[in-house]
Amino acid sequence: MTANAVARPGRRQAGRGGLVRKALDSEQFNGWAFVTPGTAIILLFGAAPIVWSLVMSFQKSSLLGSSSPFVGLANYRRMVHDPVVAQAIQHTLIYSALFVPGSMLVGLFLAVAMNRKIRGITIYRTAAYATMAISTISEAIVFIWLFDPSYGIVNYAFSKVGLPQQQFLNSPSEALYVIVVMTIWGWTGFSVVVYLAALQGVPQTLLEAASIDGAGPWHSFRKITLPLLSPASLFLAVWLTINALQLFDEVYLSTQGGPLNATTVLVYYLYEQAFQQFNFGYASAIAYFLFLITIVITVLQFWLGRRFTYYRS
Amino acid sequence: MSATSAPARAGLLAAADVPVRRRRRRLPFSPWHLVLIPATIALLFPFVWLLVTSLETSSEALHFPPILIPHVIRFANYSDALSQAPFVHWLVNSAVVALVTVACNLVLCTLAGYAFARFRFLGRTALFAVIMATLMVPFQVTMIPWFTITKWLGVHVLAGVGINTIGALILPNAATAFGIFFMRQFFKTLPLEYEESARVDGATRLTVLVRIVLPLATPPLATLAALTFLDSWNNFLWPLIAVTSTNQMTLPLGLATFQGAHSTEWPLLMAGNVMSLVPMLAVFFLAQRYFIRSVASTGLAGT
Repeated sequence: MTANAVARPGRRQAGRGGLVRKALDSEQFNGWAFVTPGTAIILLFGAAPIVWSLVMSFQKSSLLGSSSPFVGLANYRRMVHDPVVAQAIQHTLIYSALFVPGSMLVGLFLAVAMNRKIRGITIYRTAAYATMAISTISEAIVFIWLFDPSYGIVNYAFSKVGLPQQQFLNSPSEALYVIVVMTIWGWTGFSVVVYLAALQGVPQTLLEAASIDGAGPWHSFRKITLPLLSPASLFLAVWLTINALQLFDEVYLSTQGGPLNATTVLVYYLYEQAFQQFNFGYASAIAYFLFLITIVITVLQFWLGRRFTYYRS
Repeated sequence: MSATSAPARAGLLAAADVPVRRRRRRLPFSPWHLVLIPATIALLFPFVWLLVTSLETSSEALHFPPILIPHVIRFANYSDALSQAPFVHWLVNSAVVALVTVACNLVLCTLAGYAFARFRFLGRTALFAVIMATLMVPFQVTMIPWFTITKWLGVHVLAGVGINTIGALILPNAATAFGIFFMRQFFKTLPLEYEESARVDGATRLTVLVRIVLPLATPPLATLAALTFLDSWNNFLWPLIAVTSTNQMTLPLGLATFQGAHSTEWPLLMAGNVMSLVPMLAVFFLAQRYFIRSVASTGLAGT
């Protein structure tokens, strides 16, 4: 690049060359030169689409794009009266309310169990980490097979312990819960890593002091470890919720929103509207609604979290 | 709880020479194994069952009760899967998309992050604010315009980044707001002295960045690379929208279409799944340290 041309000024030249060099060396020029390529991409694919999809949400747009008349709030009004949107919101919230705490509890429990030097600990930890390497698609395919109503091994296990055979992903009342289970499994590695890292920051001396003062392990976990983990818990709660609200891959692969819309979550419905029905305007309105829900819940979590989060300083 | 009972106090007195832990010892091994062994089995079982099914015959897979150990190991499922779908081609596509995306991010986010951290130029604050604002917006809000823009770029600017090309999977992710922010935060923590002395010696700003600053920046660059790689490799929704022809697909999308075509041929499907999974598992374990540290650092950023 231009680096080589001006890399070694050696002896400074006077006159014209010096002026050009001075300009090329200025913070103004370099600032813009460094920032432009990356920023151009973010303006094109990050900033502009935010405005554009807001505009689209007020339009009745067609795929041909020849005419997209403004329809005011019609798309939003349609959303309020659309029973599928109401269902999708309900499913998304139920899913998030189960997935987020479930994932956090599994992560916390395993991380606490794995936060010690015992034989075979590397194997245990690696097993948890392995779930981080699997894509949502691979994960979904395996779980569809595990939970297959006719030949699945979970139903076999159920029959062994005398439980009735289930329809799982084919059942409107069970499908969403199967998706909760598969996504919790898929996020295990992530939650464990975050909690393990936070546990490393819990000073051993504090726990030893508590133990010497006669505190039992459960007591010192409640009163020392858990408060010291609260920033990690808040991070996980926010991060997992944002991801839960955007659930799509597993639904697309396993149930396509069915049976009987039982697993239609917001992003799946949004995808259907946008790329199967080509209602870009309506889909944009749903997308903005999702954005709004995400902001409200995240702000709420931070607000609540501040009261329960303990920061060492 | 009788936290301050007599034995505990006795323990305190004895603590000088006897480890406190000793009085709790009952089992010849740590009781945590009793928890961790079942948990590990539960975590690994899907992987094991995936592998077992991929080596069974169709009639063995479609048998109830399930056959836990196949009578004959049938490797032919793998060659069958390979002859029915271009898994190797998808693997190459995934690798190209992930590696180019990582490379672009490292270069572009370093340049921009450094400039935002160190240079004063007209519009810096406004530009940075805009970039930060995009960080909060979910992908679903921007995906419809992504589709339209990509389509337009393919027709009017460069066919290689249009709809139905792997270029379309790279360009929109070639720089991320997160990456720029992340690098800027790192550069702000570096002391200015080295850069200043190199400047006094007459080095250009780009030389300073490449020769002086970057050698100090390997930890954040490794983190950014690992996170970008994972994101790119596992991305599904955008490829699903942007790519329809088989030879431009990445592994997750290819695997999903393969599942759509062979949804009940379980051994075949599982063989394809194993082949899609193994490369990432291998990369993950080879660079486990970096991946774990990267994910952990995102979590610790909140603390």
